[in-house]
Amino acid sequence: MVAMRGVQKHFGALHVLQDIELDVAPGEVVVVIGPSGSGKSTLCRTINRLETIDEGSIEIEGRPLPQEGKALAQLRADVGMVFQSFNLFAHKTVLENVTLGPVKVRGVAKADAEKRGLELLERVGVASQAGKLPAQLSGGQQQRVAIARSLAMEPKVMLFDEPTSALDPEMIKEVLDTMVSLAQGGMTMVVVTHEMGFARTAADRVLFMADGRIVEQNTPEEFFTNPQSERARDFLDKILKH
Amino acid sequence: MDALTDNASAILDGFWLTIQLLVVNGIGALVLGTLVASLRLSPVPVMRAVAGLYITVFRNTPLLVLIVITYFGLPEVGIQLGFFTRISIAMSVYTSTFIAEALRSGVNAVPLGQAEAARSIGMPFTMTLTQVVLPQAVRATVPPMASVLIALTKNTSLAAGFGLAEATFRLKGLVNDYATERWVIFFGIALGYIVIVEVISFGAARLERRWRVA
Repeated sequence: MVAMRGVQKHFGALHVLQDIELDVAPGEVVVVIGPSGSGKSTLCRTINRLETIDEGSIEIEGRPLPQEGKALAQLRADVGMVFQSFNLFAHKTVLENVTLGPVKVRGVAKADAEKRGLELLERVGVASQAGKLPAQLSGGQQQRVAIARSLAMEPKVMLFDEPTSALDPEMIKEVLDTMVSLAQGGMTMVVVTHEMGFARTAADRVLFMADGRIVEQNTPEEFFTNPQSERARDFLDKILKH
Repeated sequence: MDALTDNASAILDGFWLTIQLLVVNGIGALVLGTLVASLRLSPVPVMRAVAGLYITVFRNTPLLVLIVITYFGLPEVGIQLGFFTRISIAMSVYTSTFIAEALRSGVNAVPLGQAEAARSIGMPFTMTLTQVVLPQAVRATVPPMASVLIALTKNTSLAAGFGLAEATFRLKGLVNDYATERWVIFFGIALGYIVIVEVISFGAARLERRWRVA
C-alpha cells in the first residue's frame, strides 16, 4: 500500500529522515513511536507529500508520489490525514467540514454527501453537533470530526500525526476508541503517537524511530517486552516507569 | 444655527458628493487592492516584486502629492478627464495599497494547518484558496478594512482643495460667510463626517458578528 525506499530529508543541517525503508501492507496498522525530534511526524507528513523529500522514493499503491499539481491532489484525496491540531475548517459547520471534500473534490451531490456525512458523524459519536462550528466543540469532539472528515473521502490509507497529543486525558480515550474501531474495521493506518496503550492493542507493527532513523520494528508484544536496541530500551524505560 | 439651517441643502449636496467620492474610491480601492494583494501573495517572485514596488511607492507618497500629480499631470500628458475622475484615480490608488496590506495580513492570519487540511482532502491550490483560506482571511480583514474606509472618508476632504464642492468645500465657504457662527459650522460639518464613519463602523461590527467563527 505504502512503500518508502531510501528516503532522505534534511531541514537545513539537520538530517531529519535517514535511509527510511518502509512497507505498509493493505489493512495493516503501523504505529510509529519515538522521542521528540526523532522525525516520526515528518515521516508521516512525507507520505502525502505535505513534506517533500530530498532523496529516495515513496509509492502509494505502486504509483510514485506525483509533483505538486492536479495528480497530487487526486492522490491526497485517497490518503486521509488527521492532525495533532485537528485543523477543522473554522468557518464551516461540523457537517460542512465533512461534506466539503466529497462535494468539491469528488463531485458528490450535496444531499448524498450530507446523508453520508451524518452517518459518519454518527459513527464517531458527534452527530448531535452537526450544525455547530468547530470552535464550539471540545478537543476530543473536534478530533473525531476530523476523523469523519477524512473518512468521508473513503481513503485507502489514513495517516494520524499525533492525533491525541493536544487533548485532555479524558478526551484521549474517545479518540483512541474511534481509532481502534477503525483499525478493527480493516483500515490501513500509519499512526504517530505517544499512546503506548493504543500501540499495544491496535498495532500490527510498532516502528521505533530515533534521530531520523527507523531503529527497530516488531510486533507490539515483542517490542514492548523484549526491545532489541539500547535506544529503544532506554526510551521504554523512561516512559513506562510511571 | 442659522448658518446650518439656511444652507441645509448646500451642505447636504456637499455630503452627497463626499459619499460619492467615498463609494467610488472605496470600490476602486477594493478592486485594485485585491489585485495587488493577490500579486503580493503569488508564488511567482516577479509578481510579488511588482506588487511590493507598487505598495512602497503609493503608500509612502502623501495623498495630496498624488492628487497634485494626477490633477495637474494627466492633462499635461494629454489625458483629459474631469475633476472627479482625476482626483479619484489618485485616491483609489493610494487607498488600494492599504487594502492590499490589510488583505495580506488577513491571509497570513489564517493558520497554515487550514491549508494543509484542505490539501489533505485533495483540494488543488486554487480551491484551497477560494474554499478555505480566503473566506477566513476576509473575516480577519474586516476591522483593518473598516479603518481603511474610515481614513478614506476623511481623506475625501482633500478634494475641497481641487474645486470639488464636497462637505469640506462647503465648510470653507460657510466659515467665510458666517464669521460669528464658526463653531456651529465646524461642529455641524464634523457631525456629518461622524455619522458616515459610524455607519461604516456599525456595518463592520455587524459583519464581524455574522462571520465570527468562535
